[in-house]
Amino acid sequence: MLTSGTILLAGSLLSPNPGLIFWTAVTFVIVLIILKKIAWGPIISALDEREKGIQSSIDRAHQAKDEAEAILKKNRETLAKADAEADRIIREGKDYADRLRADISDKAQAEAKKMISNAKDEIEQEKRRALDVLRNEVADLAVRGAEKIIKSTLDADLQKKIVDSMIQDLSTKRN
Amino acid sequence: MKRVKAIKAMAIFRVTALIVPILFSFNSLVFAANPEMQEVQPAAASVEAVHGEAHPVAATEAETAHGDAHGEEKAGDVIMHHILDNNVIAFEPFGEIELPKIVIGGFDLSITKHVVMLWTVSAILIALFAVAGGKYRKMTAREAPKGIANALEALVQFIRLDVAKANIGKGYEKYLDYLLTVFFFILLCNLLGLVPYGATATGNINVTLTLATFTFFLTQAAALKAHGIKGYLAHLTGGTHPALWIIMIPIEFIGLFTKPVALTIRLFANMTAGHIVILSLIFISFILKSYIVAVVMSVPFSIFIYLLELFVAFLQAFIFTMLSALFIGLASAHEGHDEHEAGAATHH
Repeated sequence: MLTSGTILLAGSLLSPNPGLIFWTAVTFVIVLIILKKIAWGPIISALDEREKGIQSSIDRAHQAKDEAEAILKKNRETLAKADAEADRIIREGKDYADRLRADISDKAQAEAKKMISNAKDEIEQEKRRALDVLRNEVADLAVRGAEKIIKSTLDADLQKKIVDSMIQDLSTKRN
Repeated sequence: MKRVKAIKAMAIFRVTALIVPILFSFNSLVFAANPEMQEVQPAAASVEAVHGEAHPVAATEAETAHGDAHGEEKAGDVIMHHILDNNVIAFEPFGEIELPKIVIGGFDLSITKHVVMLWTVSAILIALFAVAGGKYRKMTAREAPKGIANALEALVQFIRLDVAKANIGKGYEKYLDYLLTVFFFILLCNLLGLVPYGATATGNINVTLTLATFTFFLTQAAALKAHGIKGYLAHLTGGTHPALWIIMIPIEFIGLFTKPVALTIRLFANMTAGHIVILSLIFISFILKSYIVAVVMSVPFSIFIYLLELFVAFLQAFIFTMLSALFIGLASAHEGHDEHEAGAATHH
């Protein structure tokens, strides 16, 4: 092992070889140029393109999400508004119906009252008319009775007194 | 029944008593049986000496000094032979391929084993990414990647986001090509060293030095671009009083080079060390000439180190890329040095 150490130090490992340096340089540069043409160009551009594609996809997804959220928010607002509107309409309808019912019943009551009072008036009038007729009839009857009495008795004074008292009686009874 | 049990125990004892000494001494028995082997090996050493590999003088000296030490010496040679670069690709039992020697204008531009490994790596990388790149070309942004494209995408995405973007920050795209290439290049070089008949090109300091030099140039370019020539030169003075410039400028100048040198040594040493440890563990059983050692120690331990090496292959590729990105990020940081470093620290 010591001797191999000597060989190592003797420099064959570290000895320069211009031919190898030349060939390495030439080979490497040619490989670099060829690989740049056939591989790195397309691969790197494909990777760049994919990166950009992914980025734009992410951006688009975010945008879509934002849009969706905005639409959702709008929908919720519209829904809330519609709910409120429906509530309002129902309430208004109820109020209107209540008012209408109250109105109708008020009117009906008023009408009924009016009709009742009208009927009362008419009844009163009819009654008065009937009384008038009755009074005339009674007067006629009385006159005819008196005639008969007079015809039978002809006691003028007495009869007159009787008639008078009879009339008196009638009028008091009426009142 | 007791007798049967006793006989069984006896039999087991006898078998082990027979096998263990054989296991311990099998090699030495063989060596003892044919003494020609002892003579063949110095002959082999002399053949090597003719080839000019390693250090023939030291080897022969060590052998003459104590005859038993030649196994050790041989192990060292074999290990170094595996680690070092050479002109032969050996497919052990089938033969070997001699690589051409090219010398142009006094420079030795031979195609060596490591150059072949670099080309193998390049071919695999290009094939792999041609398939993956083709898939991405056909794919729309809405499709998920599958199979090979998906597997590579995980690594590419890791380098892109956790290494490049996290350390360089704004304008990281310009350095992304380099960082990705260097990561996969080093990773595959590291991994190919763990494959049979493969060699670790990144275990050669020349390769790592070249790669680190690319990082160095990129770092300087990033610094020049971010601060301009004036700012770059001002940075070299460390922002101190002109009287101190005579000290500061050399220090800062050396500081420029420490980073790539650190990158070079780190990758090279890590890859080399792992291989030396694996080979040494295997050679322990050869040196001690014992199957017991092989079964109990060499094989399990080298398997353990091999698995560790698999991890290190990824780790070192990551660290090289990571530090390259960090250096570029530091060089191009606009005044916000501390902030940037804090950001990088929280990331890891």
